[in-house]
Amino acid sequence: MRANRIWSWLFVALGILYFAFPLVGTLEFSLKMRRGAYSLDAYAVVLGDPRFQQTFGYSVLMALATIVVGVLLVVPTAYWVRLKLPRWRPFMEFITLLPLVIPPIVIVFGYIRLYNTSSWLPLTGSAMGTNILLMFGYVVLALPYMYRAVDTGLRAIDIATLTEAAQSLGAGWVTILARVILPNVAVAVLSGAFLTFAIVIGEFVMAALLSRPAFGPYMQLLGANRAYEPAALAVIAFAITWACMALIQVVSRFAPKPPEQQH
Amino acid sequence: MRRRQGGASASTKRVRMTFTTGEANILGATLPAPTARRQFSFAWLGVMPFLLFALLFLILPTMKIVVGSFQSNEGGFTLANIANLFQPSILAAYWISIKISVASALLGCFVGFLIAWAMVLGGLPGWLRSPILTFSGVASNFAGIPLAFAFLATFGRLGLVTLILRDWFDINIYGLGFNLLSFGGLTLTYLFFQIPLTVLIITPALDGMRREWREAASMLGATGFQYWRIVALPILWPSLLGTFALLFANSFGAVATAYALTGSSLSIVPILLFAQIRGDVLQDPHLGYALAFGMIVITGIANFIYIWLRARSERWVK
Repeated sequence: MRANRIWSWLFVALGILYFAFPLVGTLEFSLKMRRGAYSLDAYAVVLGDPRFQQTFGYSVLMALATIVVGVLLVVPTAYWVRLKLPRWRPFMEFITLLPLVIPPIVIVFGYIRLYNTSSWLPLTGSAMGTNILLMFGYVVLALPYMYRAVDTGLRAIDIATLTEAAQSLGAGWVTILARVILPNVAVAVLSGAFLTFAIVIGEFVMAALLSRPAFGPYMQLLGANRAYEPAALAVIAFAITWACMALIQVVSRFAPKPPEQQH
Repeated sequence: MRRRQGGASASTKRVRMTFTTGEANILGATLPAPTARRQFSFAWLGVMPFLLFALLFLILPTMKIVVGSFQSNEGGFTLANIANLFQPSILAAYWISIKISVASALLGCFVGFLIAWAMVLGGLPGWLRSPILTFSGVASNFAGIPLAFAFLATFGRLGLVTLILRDWFDINIYGLGFNLLSFGGLTLTYLFFQIPLTVLIITPALDGMRREWREAASMLGATGFQYWRIVALPILWPSLLGTFALLFANSFGAVATAYALTGSSLSIVPILLFAQIRGDVLQDPHLGYALAFGMIVITGIANFIYIWLRARSERWVK
């Protein structure tokens, strides 16, 4: 057992080295913009760049819209499947796992061919239409995570009883979903939402190929032309990812405990 | 239940009858389920918005690509696009993509497994578990453009590790043939999200390994190696292979990291497809469809192996 423990520490230490070096290296590099001294110049340049503010703002809005649409789409569906169509669950799971099977670049390629200006639904014809198309694309990317999170959340509560209780008090479907089901799966929804935010904020392929001014393409452009600013961007992006994951941890402390027996 | 009461005496029959009707009323709450299934149910209408969304923004776009890869420029059926994939430059792109994906998936599985094993079964203090899992959650999502920047700042020509090795150890990794914009460099970069992903997937499987199994094995005289070969690995095998398949698909479809790292100097399939969508570099739109179709086929195979094996491995994780 003692030999075991030594090996364990060795593996973990090597892992920490591999993961620490890129992070420390990036942080160090991002501080080196001023010759001979560490400074926050690179951050000042990046944060002061109006294109940073525009693209970052655009991606934040996009992420929020994706979360709202994703929740409106996923929560009622997952609830309905659990309540009324339990035999559809494997099929729904298959559909929601598809975005992991089909690479995003292929999906967006399909969008470009299917919704171009000469098609039956010319979404790419206008800026607003393209924004909506991109947002739907992000909902698709977030689908595997969102659906799983909500479905797991629904498993922890007795939705049939809750629904009947609400119905016997005279609640309609919208009331049941908004005031009974949603508050009960709020933790799962928030976890899915933060993960969606982390995915959408730096997404590159879809935004680049649909030519939208998002944060991902801006980072790529800066990376191709500058030396120190990309490192600063990487540190900022890592901090955002970290914040999203930390928030997931914080909210999941409030999750209702799943029932003792596992189905 | 009612049939069995036929033999009861007349005096008790009435009492029993009222009892059973009462019981039937209580049961009534659950009874409509089978009858509703026999009647035509409109319950499926509730998932229509979702299915319509999936059809419009997931299924149809993909079908468009699949159909397009079997269409000629005039719209007729042809296998020429698929056949055109077998030209040296495109085959080379697929080959290096597959090589990078296999290498980063294999190494990611191996290293991730060792770290997860150390964390779960290696006798490390319990407080390490939570930070490792949290960090894995962060790192497995830290992909794309920023990851490329991080590795450029670390292993690039002026990166931290490059300079440390040069100044302290007098090793010039670029003089030794290392290049971040290559097979080895890209694999090293992909490991940053592949290893944590493995840790996240494999930890539940390792949690399912009972201490009793190890004790039973050693009671029967098995050495540590025999325990792993005969007991542990056969149980973990589906999880490990499944993880491998997922990691493979994960790196095979990744565009952003490679694009930010190499521009278009390293011709892997996703980068080639990216350039094709932007500017028709292959000068044959339908060859672009076929290129994308090839990607779906490869990631599709990898993922179906994953889903199939995950279903098998979940039998052990109870």
